[in-house]
Amino acid sequence: MKAYNFAFFDEGSKREIRRATVKAISIPGYQVPFASREMPIARGWGTGGLQLTLSLLGQDDIVKVIDQGCDESVNAVNIKKFINKMTGIRETEQTATATIIQSRHRIPEVELRADQILVLQVPIPEPLREVEPSEYITQRLHADQEYSAIWLMLFEQIMKHNKMTTGADHPVLVHQRYVMSPSPIPRYDNCKLHNSKALILLGAGREKKIYAIPPYTTVQSLAFNDYPFQTEDFSGRTCHLCGASAVYFDELIDEESGHKYYQCNDSSYCLQRLNQELL
Amino acid sequence: MGYVAVKGGSSAIEESIKRLQYQRIKAKKKIDVEVIQGTLRGLIDKIMSESSLYARELAALAIKQAEGNPEEATFILRAYRSTLPRKYYSQVVDTEDMRIERRISAALKDIPGGQILGASYDYRHRLLDFELYEEKIEDLEKLLQEFEAEGWSNSEEEASGAKQKTSEHSYTKVPKVISFLRAEGLLPPVKIDDSEPDDITRKSIEFPTRRSARLQTLTRGEAGAVTALGYAAIRGYGMVHPTVGELRVGYLPIHIDYPLQEGNEEDAVYIGEIEVTEVESLIPQVIEKEKGRKEIEFTVGYGLCYGQNETKAIAMSILDSCLAKKDLLSPTAVHDEEFVLLHIDAVEASGFISHLKLPHYVTFQSELDSLRKTKKKEENHESI
Repeated sequence: MKAYNFAFFDEGSKREIRRATVKAISIPGYQVPFASREMPIARGWGTGGLQLTLSLLGQDDIVKVIDQGCDESVNAVNIKKFINKMTGIRETEQTATATIIQSRHRIPEVELRADQILVLQVPIPEPLREVEPSEYITQRLHADQEYSAIWLMLFEQIMKHNKMTTGADHPVLVHQRYVMSPSPIPRYDNCKLHNSKALILLGAGREKKIYAIPPYTTVQSLAFNDYPFQTEDFSGRTCHLCGASAVYFDELIDEESGHKYYQCNDSSYCLQRLNQELL
Repeated sequence: MGYVAVKGGSSAIEESIKRLQYQRIKAKKKIDVEVIQGTLRGLIDKIMSESSLYARELAALAIKQAEGNPEEATFILRAYRSTLPRKYYSQVVDTEDMRIERRISAALKDIPGGQILGASYDYRHRLLDFELYEEKIEDLEKLLQEFEAEGWSNSEEEASGAKQKTSEHSYTKVPKVISFLRAEGLLPPVKIDDSEPDDITRKSIEFPTRRSARLQTLTRGEAGAVTALGYAAIRGYGMVHPTVGELRVGYLPIHIDYPLQEGNEEDAVYIGEIEVTEVESLIPQVIEKEKGRKEIEFTVGYGLCYGQNETKAIAMSILDSCLAKKDLLSPTAVHDEEFVLLHIDAVEASGFISHLKLPHYVTFQSELDSLRKTKKKEENHESI
């Protein structure tokens, strides 16, 4: 007996998820509720992204999974193993080879193409959650395009600290309409959302929402004219392995000397540079 | 430079999984699914209820796989549930048709049909029973013979068969306690609501909710979470003082429409029975009448769970009532449907809490960057 259908779900469930996805693409940045399924992977561990990926996979797809920049992170390995078990399709670590890339909190350094789909895992899809706990109310705020609370939050940060103090997950305005949580990608990655050639899908399993940035969509990080949006500062730093600069780094500490040193966070990018595959 | 490959994660995971396997078997003992099914009724009932899947055998298998960890077993079953297509919706089940196993009322002493204590821990002292160390299968058989000599039988097949002796407790209608109260006018008449219920497994819950979505969410809630919030509601953080009008435990027959062609009601197909706990709590409520006159009326809070889950079903009935009350002057968290319904699910709560174990290197780095920049600013200010 074959215990599970191709890509885990029954076909009806897959179709339902795709229907929500189509709606999400049609209304950029709008959070579409969907009947999120319980997965064999824990809620909060990428079930939203995984449901999107499984609903999209065909026999010819090549999948890449990264967790915080790393293909070999335990959760990425685990999700890849599950996808492989349920589909048997090819997997890769090379960004350029993949047709579908599922990622937790990073957008790869290698620019994505129009024939690729990036699936981002989302813990809290609601950008207004920090300023308003109720779902009922945030839905109405979005409908009215009433975003003063989130602007005020950023303004207060400037008043207190003389700058915006958002970490990852800095809110963005999509297609001049919806304020959207880009998922906790670093601010450094926010710019890659703007006019992306690849379709970007975002899935929140526990919160049961799917949203999307279609290709070539205007995405602006929220900022003020006199206080522009700032990415993380890695100026003057290079990767101790491949020598790359101007990428997102992991900060490491030398056990003996106690000195800080830096390494590309995107492990596949770093490897490919080391192996001279990106020339 | 030669080809560099990172292979840390995969092999570490393999070893971790092996270690887990070792933990499960290291005592060189094995427990059969059949044994779990036959002995761990309480755990099976809890897990079936929380995973929204009425399947005793699969629950037993999940318990075995999870080494008895209910959080894990529920998780496994829920995930399995996701792979099952919904083929049918059952016909409406009337709980008056219950084959009653236990039925009590804390509101009225003499109830038509009588109080039936059934099987319960309520009347036992919770003393650790050291004799169970010595329990032998022969003893069980002997004891069972004695029980059967008294005409007891509890297996589902026998119960529906002809040799059932306790026939007065089979699917004969035992009227509800609240129907008497309603007949006496102590409960306001209610309109029958035949509108199609929501299905929260097919369409995600939306706020404000309908009652069907609330009840579905409550019944699959984690027993401890539902109990804790129900407790908070009656202890001081809610406006609810319930009396258990009726608590029933028993079996309900499930029918589906004849699947092959459009038929009438009588063509229904019986597909089995499920054991449930049902609670109807009576909650007094002050109702404003004309000219500011106030009157007290009872409202009914409803709880229904798979299996024998009495505490959870009572707590559910309390929360059902809390969430039905709108426009309170000083509502507390238990009256807030988002607060209650979005946080009681076993799989969601444990999943999000446990995700904190995942690496947060990127996000933490980003936070560090922000933090350092503010520090730098402060230092600059000070030096000026």
